[in-house]
Amino acid sequence: MYKYDEYDHAMVDARVAEFSDQVRRRLAGEITEDQFKPLRLMNGLYLQLHAYMLRVAVPYGTLDSRQMRMLAHIARKYDRDYGHFTTRQNIQYNWIKLEDAPAILEDLASVEMHAIQTSGNCIRNISSDQWAGAAADEITDPRPWAELLRQWSSFHPEFSYLPRKFKIAVIAANEDRAAMRLHDIGIQIVEKDGQHGAAFYVGGGMGRTPMIAPLIKDFVPLDDMLSYAEACLRVYNRYGRRDNIYKARIKILIHELGADEYRRQVEEEFKHVKSLGIDPPKAEFDRIAAQFAPPPLDASAPDAIDRSDPDFAVWVDQNVAAHKVSGHAIVNISLKPIGGIPGDASSAQIDLMADLAETYSHDELRVTHAQNIVLPHVRKADLHAVWQALDAAGLATPNLDLISDIIACPGLDYCSLANARSIPVAQKIATRFSDLGRQKELGELKLKISGCINACGHHHAGHIGILGVDRKGTENYQLSLGGSGAEDVSLGTITGPGFDEDGVVDAIERVTDKYLAERTEGERFVDTFRRVGMAPFKEAIYG
Amino acid sequence: MKLLTGNDLKTGFVTWWTGADWSLHIEDAADVGEAGEAILAAEEGARRVNAPYIINGEQTADGPRPAHIKDRIRALGPTVRPDLTLKPADPAAGDWVI
Repeated sequence: MYKYDEYDHAMVDARVAEFSDQVRRRLAGEITEDQFKPLRLMNGLYLQLHAYMLRVAVPYGTLDSRQMRMLAHIARKYDRDYGHFTTRQNIQYNWIKLEDAPAILEDLASVEMHAIQTSGNCIRNISSDQWAGAAADEITDPRPWAELLRQWSSFHPEFSYLPRKFKIAVIAANEDRAAMRLHDIGIQIVEKDGQHGAAFYVGGGMGRTPMIAPLIKDFVPLDDMLSYAEACLRVYNRYGRRDNIYKARIKILIHELGADEYRRQVEEEFKHVKSLGIDPPKAEFDRIAAQFAPPPLDASAPDAIDRSDPDFAVWVDQNVAAHKVSGHAIVNISLKPIGGIPGDASSAQIDLMADLAETYSHDELRVTHAQNIVLPHVRKADLHAVWQALDAAGLATPNLDLISDIIACPGLDYCSLANARSIPVAQKIATRFSDLGRQKELGELKLKISGCINACGHHHAGHIGILGVDRKGTENYQLSLGGSGAEDVSLGTITGPGFDEDGVVDAIERVTDKYLAERTEGERFVDTFRRVGMAPFKEAIYG
Repeated sequence: MKLLTGNDLKTGFVTWWTGADWSLHIEDAADVGEAGEAILAAEEGARRVNAPYIINGEQTADGPRPAHIKDRIRALGPTVRPDLTLKPADPAAGDWVI
């Protein structure tokens, strides 16, 4: 894992001191809310429905146990004993007091964490594959490149006031576990003629105008990656619209220019940028990469798993994934208990996951964009002990990628932007489909719920997506089918008129019944939808 | 009726104008009538409250009730965590929101 150097420490400590003084001045009445608001947002502090909300960055979703325990400590000391893991691999606290914010940021800085650039029109937390460094299918660990981008984008003087917020994801496997092409820039580390390079997909995103990022450059030598990213941002910063917030994202610029013209301008800019010497010397990259060296895993560790405990075997089949090193596995901890709140974890649960990481996973955890937690490096011989501890803490729901593994934004229960509640809908759907046999019969089915058009719940990318809207003061839910955030990326199509809260749950049951009736051998829900189209589902839903 | 609401500067908690001060409890909220804008300007100037705004509501047997669900959720707390609302001992409190 990356460890802060003296520059990282100095930057974060200076920001904590600066923001502490800004909070003091605000509380003393020396500055107005209009003056203070942009300052607090630069430090991840929002004002939501019930209180201030603090969003803490978890770079590329990677944490160690010390950091995870600090997240539990903050939940316990400053919030209401829980945190909410988000679709940008971050964590949010919903009940923060302004007067506590400086102390929280000091606590975070003590474990090399912060909340900088988790809001505002800047480059946000870099996201990545939650299985990075462990996945059997990756060609390299993408995190050193994500860390390089983090350093480049932190306090970048040109890109602190972009036309709109900017999100970057980096992956290094063909299986896309980070919704890479639904980012402003999606980077896939690829191999060509024995060399690694970066494929740049630019102009994707969700929100009110969802778009899949087109391929702008299929192979950028890694020595040029930062310069190419800089060129992509510069063209956007120069021509992105600042007159209309709804047309300010880079996806709109590329849509209006066309991918070919955008590419031409980026290439032209790149020639200039490359002369500036932005890309780090090899020794500096090697310094970063060395901190992501694989943990010392014993490839001769036993590969067999004792499956004699049937409940354990069910969990292994659903929540444990293949590791690149024999005798080891990737453990996916579901934060989606049936009827629970997707992504929420109590301080005790966060502490437990930290303890398990320290004991069984070489001190590493990951936050996933699907609002779950990963222990990336667990010996297969230790899986049963891990499962027992998780089960005792209500963290062993065996539903990874099943219909109850729902992504849901905080919605109108917490969020000042939301139009409808998301969480109660997720709870009702999970409860309706609580029978595990029924869930497994349905197979992989990614259901995603957003409480407004901003799409924090990724509904456009759901095999089944739900968008909550306000219809004359009443919550209403639009259903969409056929989206995907994975390597088979696609955007969902709205089925037709919306439903009330109970109605949308009934509609989903009709959709899944239709899928079971229509599917052929081995077809996932989304495969069947793509083969047969909307018509039979629409008929099943509306008659 | 017209209600004046905002968030407390220090805590961020939802507050309601009572006619003389701010309260966390919607039951204490006063009808500000046409005086809302003037109170809002004075209170925001005093910097005791963040982002105050005027909403429509109705007087019911249980007290003032905001017209929009968002403000009813603000008044009570998250419907999915009854234990974190202002009425944790009342399991039916969420019905008031819906």
